[in-house]
Amino acid sequence: MTDKREVATQGSTGAEATEREPGVVMIPPADVFEDADGITLQLDMPGVARERLNLQTDNNSLLIEGTAQLDMPHGMAALYADVRSTLYRRSFVLSDELQTDKTEANLKDGILTVRIPKRAEVRPRRIEVRGD
Amino acid sequence: MLGSLTSLDSMFEEFRRMSDQMDELFGRGTQPPAIRSVARGTFPPINMGATPDGITLYLFAAGLDPKTVELNIQRNLLTVAGERKLQVSPTATYYRQERFGGAFRRVIALPEDVDSEGVEARYRDGILQITARRRESATPRQISVQ
Repeated sequence: MTDKREVATQGSTGAEATEREPGVVMIPPADVFEDADGITLQLDMPGVARERLNLQTDNNSLLIEGTAQLDMPHGMAALYADVRSTLYRRSFVLSDELQTDKTEANLKDGILTVRIPKRAEVRPRRIEVRGD
Repeated sequence: MLGSLTSLDSMFEEFRRMSDQMDELFGRGTQPPAIRSVARGTFPPINMGATPDGITLYLFAAGLDPKTVELNIQRNLLTVAGERKLQVSPTATYYRQERFGGAFRRVIALPEDVDSEGVEARYRDGILQITARRRESATPRQISVQ
């Protein structure tokens, strides 16, 4: 039984389903690092605003989707394109000790930062050595 | 301890790397690259579009401080330079570090009829949008027949 939760980014009223655009999907580059309290992901998603970001956590997985929006004047012809798509998608398989329901996300200037804390009982604890 | 991260993603990475290698070997078309062109994957990626009135450039650079970007135009050569600093945590264990960090500079040759006085730039949601007007005399004018 899966427990799908939509994680809203700060300030948004709720993630919308992204449009299903045919064509290439871009994989946003990600930095992933772990410290004592949890795991942080930072992804480059230039052109994506909060309304076009979809972040979902499953029991064990994280899905990130976003649609970039370019301000294009009417009748523009493409001269050169490094970027051939506006759809970003990336997913990760998580693990049990991460508290997916406490996931926090922040989107600023196209950088998405996702923070998933670890369950308190799993965090490294120093063990006192008693001398008798 | 942690489940395997993105085993499916790394398969797609493999395919992408292969297609990049194929592109390198066989080239992407019959024309040799422009002298100022850069390798694929250079930061930041750029798209360029044109209308009869002007040119618009989109630089895909998330996390920039627009005040630190240097934008210069000389005749039809546009130079964009800046630095994107990554905040690296010294105590954390890094599993992936794929994002670009550091200084960048791109020189772009715009069409000859661009007006170097009419260039504006705006930064929003990680995209630096640069618009340049075309010079008046170049836009086609209708001639009425008497």
